[in-house]
Amino acid sequence: MFLSMNWIEDFVDLSGLDKLDLIHRFSLSTAEVENDIFFKGKDLSGVVVAEIKSVEAHPQSKKLHLLKVDAGDGQLTDVVCGAPNVRVGMKTAFAKLGATIGDITIAPRALAGYTSYGMCCGESELGISDDNSGIMEITDDVPLGTDLKEIYDIEDIIFEVDNKSLTNRPDLWGHYGIAREFASLAGRKLKAPEMEDLTVYDSLPEVDMKIEDTLCKRYSTMKVENISRNVSPVNIRIRLFYCGMRAINFLADLTNYLMLEMGQPMHAFDARKVEKIRIKRFDKPFVFTTLDGAERNIDENTLMICNDNTPVAIAGIMGGLDSEIVEDTTTLTLESANFDAASVRKSTVRLSHRTDASMRYEKSLDPEMTVPAIARFLYLLKKYDGGVRVVSRLTDEYAVKFPPVTLCFDQAFVDRYTGISIDGDTIVKTLTSLGFDVTHSGTGFTVRVPSWRITKDVTMNADIIEEITRIYGYDNFEINTTRSPLYPVRMTQVKTDEEKIKDLLVKKFALHELHSYVWAYNDELKALGIPVEENIKLANATNPNIETLRNSIIPTQLCQLKVNTAYAPEFGIFEIGRVVNGLDENNMCIEHKKLAITLFSKASDMRDLYFRMRDILAAIAADIKHSTLTFTAAKPAHSYEHPVNLNKILLDGAELGVIGIAHPTVSKNIDKKANIVFAEIDVEKLAACSDKGIVYSEPSKYPSIEYDLSMDIPEGVLYADLKNCWEKETSGLLKSAAIVDTYDTAEIHRITVRLVFSSSERTLSSAEVQDIIDKVVKDLAEMNVTIKTSAT
Amino acid sequence: MDERILKLKEELESKIAEAADLVGLDSIRVGYLGKKGSITNLVKGMKDLAAEQRKTFGADVNKLKEAAAKMIEEKTAELKQKQIELEIRSMPAFDITTPSNCACGSYHPITLVQRQCENIFRSMGFTVEDYSEIVTDYECFESLNIPKHHPARDMQDTYYLTNGQLLKSQTSAAQNAILRKYGPALIENGTPIRAIFPGRCFRNEATDACHENTFFQMEGVMVDKDISISNLIYFMKTMLSEVFRKDIRVRLRPGFFPFVEPGFELDISCLICGGTGCPSCKHSGWLELCPCGMIHPNVLREGGIDPDKYTGFAFGLGLTRLAMMKYGIKDIRDLNSGSLKALAQFTDDE
Repeated sequence: MFLSMNWIEDFVDLSGLDKLDLIHRFSLSTAEVENDIFFKGKDLSGVVVAEIKSVEAHPQSKKLHLLKVDAGDGQLTDVVCGAPNVRVGMKTAFAKLGATIGDITIAPRALAGYTSYGMCCGESELGISDDNSGIMEITDDVPLGTDLKEIYDIEDIIFEVDNKSLTNRPDLWGHYGIAREFASLAGRKLKAPEMEDLTVYDSLPEVDMKIEDTLCKRYSTMKVENISRNVSPVNIRIRLFYCGMRAINFLADLTNYLMLEMGQPMHAFDARKVEKIRIKRFDKPFVFTTLDGAERNIDENTLMICNDNTPVAIAGIMGGLDSEIVEDTTTLTLESANFDAASVRKSTVRLSHRTDASMRYEKSLDPEMTVPAIARFLYLLKKYDGGVRVVSRLTDEYAVKFPPVTLCFDQAFVDRYTGISIDGDTIVKTLTSLGFDVTHSGTGFTVRVPSWRITKDVTMNADIIEEITRIYGYDNFEINTTRSPLYPVRMTQVKTDEEKIKDLLVKKFALHELHSYVWAYNDELKALGIPVEENIKLANATNPNIETLRNSIIPTQLCQLKVNTAYAPEFGIFEIGRVVNGLDENNMCIEHKKLAITLFSKASDMRDLYFRMRDILAAIAADIKHSTLTFTAAKPAHSYEHPVNLNKILLDGAELGVIGIAHPTVSKNIDKKANIVFAEIDVEKLAACSDKGIVYSEPSKYPSIEYDLSMDIPEGVLYADLKNCWEKETSGLLKSAAIVDTYDTAEIHRITVRLVFSSSERTLSSAEVQDIIDKVVKDLAEMNVTIKTSAT
Repeated sequence: MDERILKLKEELESKIAEAADLVGLDSIRVGYLGKKGSITNLVKGMKDLAAEQRKTFGADVNKLKEAAAKMIEEKTAELKQKQIELEIRSMPAFDITTPSNCACGSYHPITLVQRQCENIFRSMGFTVEDYSEIVTDYECFESLNIPKHHPARDMQDTYYLTNGQLLKSQTSAAQNAILRKYGPALIENGTPIRAIFPGRCFRNEATDACHENTFFQMEGVMVDKDISISNLIYFMKTMLSEVFRKDIRVRLRPGFFPFVEPGFELDISCLICGGTGCPSCKHSGWLELCPCGMIHPNVLREGGIDPDKYTGFAFGLGLTRLAMMKYGIKDIRDLNSGSLKALAQFTDDE
């Protein structure tokens, strides 16, 4: 919303004060002011009122005329002018030699063989309206030669307030409310607007009007006839233009002017079309043509203003085409009403048509404002159109009133909330300047909230704090830490684990953390040959590509690999993020936090890459839980999984997730030459596993005995099976077992394992160790493991 | 002196002088001083000499033996020294200016900024909470003093799910749960509620360089008996100064958010120009950073806390925005792009 400093100063004397500073303080205390501030008329000088004394057609040009102009300086000036509306006796705006308009300085100028000693100006050239149809016509009775800036409010400071920051302040949607804030900030008095005394018309007949639906809280109306003025006074038009509105005709302009001034939207009906005002909703939908010529579908929830049963306006949004003010309108029925905010808001959404009026009604306007707005309207109407006659009394139905709000609080409440001390007098002064009625006795305050603040934003004590502090100025606050006691803070297990995992993966395994989206990337997955799996969907996705939520991060990461194939021949990525796995019995999403890791390599073979992943997972379990993972074969459940080497990851019997290789189809779609391995584990399940902690074992003082077993392993026998043999036979004397050599051919799979035995109590004898080995070898033989050599 | 001794000595001297390495020298030693060495043989042959002759001969042989051992010892030291020198000479000079390969992994920039914020708040006694991304209408709106049809719901375009839940549009969605979790300890033991809850938020809007439908915020709340606006400003200023590692000026402006009263927009002095005005702050000297305010009494009440007894502040920090400001990331879409070219640059930054 654009605001005019001149307009504000109609209601508060700001003389001697720095206006820019006030605007800045307004921004810090009331609502955000946009950075660009416009100094209107600053670049205009030397433009005066002049009369065209003669008009001659230019001999060589159809468009140009040769004028003689009297600019009040006792001589006639030759002017060449291209405007179509020149005529003898017309008074216009004349830029004399030396005048400045924007960047232009007026100098004698040759035009088609004739020299022009000045320029007749149009309103758009002067920057006071968008009318560029011809030169300005001045009808006001002012002496020739008068500087235009002396008679019209061309110079003004215009600033813009972000509408969003006014959402909760219905009182700030007009200059009068803004002026109240400036008065409070400047410590100056707010002046009452000049108004017509409506009681003098009390003996006149009423307007036939009835509220038939309480979505209309109040409806005030009056009827006026014998309107003769059609074009608004220049100053009104300038203000409307500066504030972003177009001048239309006097009556329409005046309703707009009132809206920008008081914040009260008004509507002028042609009284011939509106004789029996009824405010109601209709049972059935219908089509209604608004004054902008658009046909709009009205449903049974939309409140309408009607002439008996004929709709004439959409309440609070826009008038109808049939009842609008036209050229020959001389009698008007004025509407100044208040409608239910939510109803107007919903109607604008349904109609997808937002207007300056509806924008204001949506904010919960003060219903007390309807009558003063009429009084102000009539005052201005009579001021600018002397012949008008009021032909009705004020007809006012006040169907729904907001209950008055009185708040009681004490000094301690303010001190506690602010953390500083703002004295009682300052509190009283501040609230009073904002229109609150304050009684202060001892440390207590009783505050009656003004009607324009109770509709929405000031309804409780905490609201009063804002009023006091914002005017006091947050910049003036002393800032202090709290006095609350301190207690140790412990992170949740999930959070602790998450941070450790990230450090481990980044620092030990040089993986890269990426982020992604919570939905499945439909198009990207399709390109990889991965169908999006059925899952809960967004109800209002604007983009079908992101409709379905993901049930795993792995497909997302496969898409990310595709983006990064050229990044390096080998890299790994990870993410800790959320997935949804269907709905529970209460129809609520089952959300899980997962760690997903994907390794990509054109350099390592699949086996190495797979075991790298296995070791990463093992490192997580070892580092965070001091535990060892186990793996069991899993059945493929997703299109991107290679059926071979797919394993469940288990810790303490809990199934944490899965490790696997990308399906060759998918893998080739990502990169023909790359090996891809993935793993995903449930972070919350991992966190739930207990940390075994560090178990210290004292190094043995006695020598250890090493024993190497070289074994040929038949197909189907796993290392875990071998390990089982020596773990069960060694009765705590085995300190370690490690593979020291492997030998693989097409027929033979041979490994050599070094077993290290020692006791913390004595020196072991080789016979003792040999006994153990014999048992182990016997067990191994039962699995058809052939011992090639064995040696200490 | 016996001729044989003289001859042997001469012979030995010339052989040692010729020895080129330690192996050759050792075989010389064996050839003269070993069990069957020439000098040893002289000693063995002494038994055939006459007694008086034997005495002088013995003394001479012993001298020769000592001299031989000494010569060999000296030669050994000399050869060892030569070998070290050779080793030094044969060491090539490496080009240390070749590119390093530190095989670094990387954190997502949000993780880095989030950790910095968390550490600062943890050091000030705040707990760090996690919360689900899918929430109910109650959590995201109703418990936050935003009833159905409240115009504030228009302010954010929320992603709704087909089961009626929604993707949280603000981290404040966790506020009610946090108040309920820590409220009893506040009421029973006077333990103040101090919590931050970073999280991912979602808004149904078109994306461009400045807008994302998926972004991170960090909500913080503090509730106790006498928490004030003055405290709020203190915590925001302290936290932001720590994050940016310089003294940050903050200012509050009134801002409307249904879950706080009074509500503020918090601006910080522009990080680029320091407040004098530049293109990145649109010449205002200030950057709008984070909405905050005193927790609305209705929100406290809904969280089971009596607003007549307790007050509190809440703030919502845009972690994504913070990361962009801190690292000069111009296009917000880079953060979720998955592109390692952009994101692999963020190594640890504690």
